[in-house]
Amino acid sequence: MKVLVPVKRVIDYNVKVRVKADGSGVDLANVKMSMNPFDEIAVEQAIRLKEAGKVEEIVVVSIGIKQSQETLRTALAMGADRAILIIAADDVHTDLEPLAVAKLLKAVIDEEQPSLVLAGKQAIDNDMNATGQMLSALLGWSQATYASELEIDGDSATVTREVDGGLQTIKVKMPAIVTVDLRLNEPRYASLPNIMKAKRKPMDEKTPADYGVDVTPRLTILGTFEPASRSAGVMVADVAELVAKLRDEAGVL
Amino acid sequence: MAVLLLAEINGADLSVDQTAKAVTAAAALGDVTVLCASTGCSGAAEAAAKLDGVAKVLCADDAAYGNGLAEPIADLIVSLAGDYEHIVAPATASGKNILPRVAALLDVMVISDVTGITDANIFERPTYAGNAMQTVQSSDATKVLTIRTAGFDAAGSNGSAAVEDISAAANPGLSEWVEDKVQTSDRPDLTSAGSVVSGGRGVGSEENFAIIEKLADKLGAAVGASRAAVDSGYAPNDWQVGQTGKVVAPDLYIAIGISGAIQHLAGMKDSKVIVAINKDEEAPIFQIADYGLVADLFEAVPALHDALD
Ligand SMILES: Cc1cc2nc3c(=O)[nH]c(=O)nc-3n(C[C@H](O)[C@H](O)[C@H](O)COP(=O)(O)OP(=O)(O)OC[C@H]3O[C@@H](n4cnc5c(N)ncnc54)[C@H](O)[C@@H]3O)c2cc1C
Repeated sequence: MKVLVPVKRVIDYNVKVRVKADGSGVDLANVKMSMNPFDEIAVEQAIRLKEAGKVEEIVVVSIGIKQSQETLRTALAMGADRAILIIAADDVHTDLEPLAVAKLLKAVIDEEQPSLVLAGKQAIDNDMNATGQMLSALLGWSQATYASELEIDGDSATVTREVDGGLQTIKVKMPAIVTVDLRLNEPRYASLPNIMKAKRKPMDEKTPADYGVDVTPRLTILGTFEPASRSAGVMVADVAELVAKLRDEAGVL
Repeated sequence: MAVLLLAEINGADLSVDQTAKAVTAAAALGDVTVLCASTGCSGAAEAAAKLDGVAKVLCADDAAYGNGLAEPIADLIVSLAGDYEHIVAPATASGKNILPRVAALLDVMVISDVTGITDANIFERPTYAGNAMQTVQSSDATKVLTIRTAGFDAAGSNGSAAVEDISAAANPGLSEWVEDKVQTSDRPDLTSAGSVVSGGRGVGSEENFAIIEKLADKLGAAVGASRAAVDSGYAPNDWQVGQTGKVVAPDLYIAIGISGAIQHLAGMKDSKVIVAINKDEEAPIFQIADYGLVADLFEAVPALHDALD
């Protein structure tokens, strides 16, 4: 079985986000970029399936600027076999919409014919939480989002999903799209020898035009602004003072 | 201009708070038709019909919709979509599972977690864990949105809209439900509670989490948790507050043994009054707390509990 894992290069989750003063977006020049944390979990899961003998090949795909190849190299160093880079922008501030990404991924999938797509449930930059669901719709495949457990048995997969009330288990027909949540696994770090080996693993370079996909955005970003900020309040000396403040000043008790 | 709103349904019951808040948001866009899709959802449809601002309720009572599976519900919505300019759902796990699928089937973009509506095409939404708010304008014929309900007041329930039964769309039969593991509790629902008491890694164990729950019960509050507390098994996943958990905006949020990572703040920083109890005076949570107490939680939390007698 072949697994396809889309990975996105995003601002590192530890970096403090700064909105540009002119409201044109978030400043991404010279900030640390990393693989979207949810995508790391998806890559890890694919590798575990391969280690368990259920998967033969792991293909990773990234769509974005040329530097997304670093993210693909990370995935290859973790244990993916082959990479496809679709260069769809030349400015780090251009974020392709999930619909366009899903269309490109569909085109790749039409060629590659994987049985399973493992994707992160959301990207921590645009926080859309949409690409997996959209891809599943375009392919007419089954969809299992927010997975915290995944079991593949033949032509179906049993997925436990994190939902608002707790957990839901569903059984989906393969081929399937599974989007992964934080608790599915803990991703490994790539070892130095594997980082060296990854440099020699194959990486194809493509453009949206190669797939005949129109990536024109449907949403125009009119402006980006800082949320209303909260300033620090007061420190209280002890529990008695806290209760007094909550009762008399804040009026919440 | 017409809006189709997917009601939030738990089992067969309407999740009134989430749906009523989404109705308030949707009513700004036009006449609201609420869709209830579940098994035995006539009660949910009756409840939805009472919400102020609802023009009509559609009730699709079918086994295919009983467990919230995305594929059949998305197909049902698409079969109705022609009559509407906006398709809306609360930004719950269920709404976010289904609406992007609907959007792709209609070849339009989804707009997730909408916090503000300027006009029929312009919406506000958080990005980067709420650290950068965006105003976006849609050029799509049908606008598909999920609404972050924490920022909207619930619609009242003095309405009396007509309920129309509709038949099911074809079920693509791609997935089947196996089981739900849902915690039932007498505590208020996390996303709609007036007060929330949350514990983090500092609480140290599942047993110790009892002191957080005890304080919550004293206050009539819901219980929340940080990701670290959930990952460590101190608390169930549905208690997680944050960028990837629930977004809450109660009148009172008490963060205990939580450092205040941006991903946690993303889920609670719109609370009216924030209290932080942490033994580390440098913890970032104090930078956004209205009241901070530097203390060992194992002393402060029981003391706070007793002081509320
Ligand atoms: C993609 C992604 C998504 C994420 N989503 C979320 C999310 O939705 N929600 C979320 O919460 N996190 C999320 N995180 C994780 C987040 O980055 C932090 O790791 C997490 O919030 C830390 O939890 P914590 O504050 O409980 O633990 P820590 O950061 O370890 O803090 C524990 C705190 O407890 C205090 N403490 C310890 N002992 C005591 C004591 N006896 N008395 C008083 N105080 C004590 C310590 O001083 C410390 O400040 C996400 C991370 C990533 C990468």
